Amino acid sequence: MSKEGVDVGRRRFLTLTTTAVGAIGTGFAAVPFLASLAPSEKAKALGASVTIDVSKVEPGQMIIAVWRRQPVWVIRRTPEMLASLEKVASQLSDPDSEIPQQPEYAKGAARAIKPEYMVLKGVCTHLGCSPKFRPVETKAADVGTDWEGGFFCPCHGSRFDLSGRVYKGVPAPTNLPVPPHRYADDKTLVIGEDQPVGAA
Amino acid sequence: MAIVPNPHKTTGFLGWIDDRFPLTKIWKDHISEYYAPKNFNWWYTYGSLALLVLVNQLLTGIWLTMHYKPDEAFAFDSVEYIMRDVPWGNILRYLHSTGASAFFVVVYLHMLRGLMYGSHRKPRELIWIFGCLIYLVLMAEGFCGYVLPWGNMSYWGAQVIINLFGTIPVVGQDLVYWIQGDYTPADATLNRLFSLHVVALPFVLVGLVIAHLMALHEVGSNNPDGIEIKKHKDPKTGIPLDGIAFHPYYTVKDMVGVAAFLLVFFAIVFFAPDGGGYFLEKPNFTPANPLSTPLHITPAWYFGAFYAMLRAVPSFFNTQIWGVIVMFGAVLLLFFVPWLDRSPVKSIRYRGPLSKIALALFVVSFVMLNWLGMQPTTVARTYLAQIGTILYYAFFLAMPWYSKHDRTKSVPDRVTA
Repeated sequence: MSKEGVDVGRRRFLTLTTTAVGAIGTGFAAVPFLASLAPSEKAKALGASVTIDVSKVEPGQMIIAVWRRQPVWVIRRTPEMLASLEKVASQLSDPDSEIPQQPEYAKGAARAIKPEYMVLKGVCTHLGCSPKFRPVETKAADVGTDWEGGFFCPCHGSRFDLSGRVYKGVPAPTNLPVPPHRYADDKTLVIGEDQPVGAA
Repeated sequence: MAIVPNPHKTTGFLGWIDDRFPLTKIWKDHISEYYAPKNFNWWYTYGSLALLVLVNQLLTGIWLTMHYKPDEAFAFDSVEYIMRDVPWGNILRYLHSTGASAFFVVVYLHMLRGLMYGSHRKPRELIWIFGCLIYLVLMAEGFCGYVLPWGNMSYWGAQVIINLFGTIPVVGQDLVYWIQGDYTPADATLNRLFSLHVVALPFVLVGLVIAHLMALHEVGSNNPDGIEIKKHKDPKTGIPLDGIAFHPYYTVKDMVGVAAFLLVFFAIVFFAPDGGGYFLEKPNFTPANPLSTPLHITPAWYFGAFYAMLRAVPSFFNTQIWGVIVMFGAVLLLFFVPWLDRSPVKSIRYRGPLSKIALALFVVSFVMLNWLGMQPTTVARTYLAQIGTILYYAFFLAMPWYSKHDRTKSVPDRVTA
């Protein structure tokens, strides 16, 4: 192609600006395609909060609620169960729950608004299996002979205590997540909504 | 208006077409006058077998789509409907599910053939890279297809694999929601994986296969001696002296391979379609249940090695992204083989003991990792998986060293029998 009589600078400017405008246009055109993959309004509505009457849970018992189609455990911890949290602390990788796997209002060893009721997302932090509730009475070879009660993931052998805190040296890297939750009154637990700031 | 007559001097209907479309040209360039080395052995049947399995997957896939429903509420039942009520439906499904496993068997052997005879070496780097891309798309196809029956293993397999992206710092969790289109694998997830499995990925796959073959036919096939047959051409015809026409010589030879392959393939389809639980896993015969994890989650056998590597790497710094990196890195390494291999010769036939031992160890570690990936973990097995992972990586990362310093034998000028 002959370049005689061509304003090269002007041609380059027009090529660059056309390319830039085209690239921006392509970016905007990609939005509907990419955004359509995000959770739909229907999925968001179905992922709204669920309400549980915790007074019906017997001491030492666990019930499984379903929130966003995932198991959420509510365990009513006995004084013995709460005492075990201190005993196992040295074997845990994050005993004070410093890694943000829980809302601000559920930190520390008990990881609960009310220590009596433990609320946990029942999904292993390793690869998303659902660990099994193994109270101290179910001590066996797979969980170890010094078992104080907690949760055991049958997929890859991760172990958690009764606050969902992960043991050292297992595949799961972090504590089980505590979902956002609040108490509407003394016995009504709302899973999926945060405790208002400043509430007790 | 007169047109320029076609150079093939064809007449009649074919001539009419050749004046307008390069039909005879394509036939000659790729089939009847594509000259392949005359010393191909049985390792060279896997390429055409892969094409055969691809056709099987496309054909049975189209038919399965006529009966399958990509809906969370109906998917599992529609697969059972195909199995029980659709005439010959069970055979269609078994052809497709066995075909998936056969695809990986054939492709793994095809890749090993390439590594053995140096088919990745200059000037065939792009053939190799297109092949690696085909392998990546195949893995994506395999994963999507695995989820479609929406059995409990489908569901939890999807959960585990999609959650791998959750290990990416900061954006991980939102990325997982975006991929799933929901907070857990759900209807939206099933629907989009269906779309990818039957529309997007097959398009890409077929396109890549065409690119793979075009690159091959541009530079010509390698052979077990790793010699360029184009160096010695008949001065009159320009045809390589050691080359024979793909058709009829290799079409007929490949048919023998096809017959042997189909014998084994149909034996499995007819008599052992679940492959002892490895081709169709038992937990997948129960519907998906988000509240009940199968006791022992395993991927399909052809992902076993990568899953074993994922589990072999412990978590550091409160994240298990390292295992994910090692797993994806194991696939990415394949792309670099043409440049990692520094041997002065191509074929294993003329290489020394180091290369032979390295390849043997690689094959052993890959098979072992595949097996480990399907077993429940124990302390001993985790150590084995760690050794296997190191051997796998060492094969590639040490290749520039051992391939360069290895003893070699002198390569003959012309292909051997």
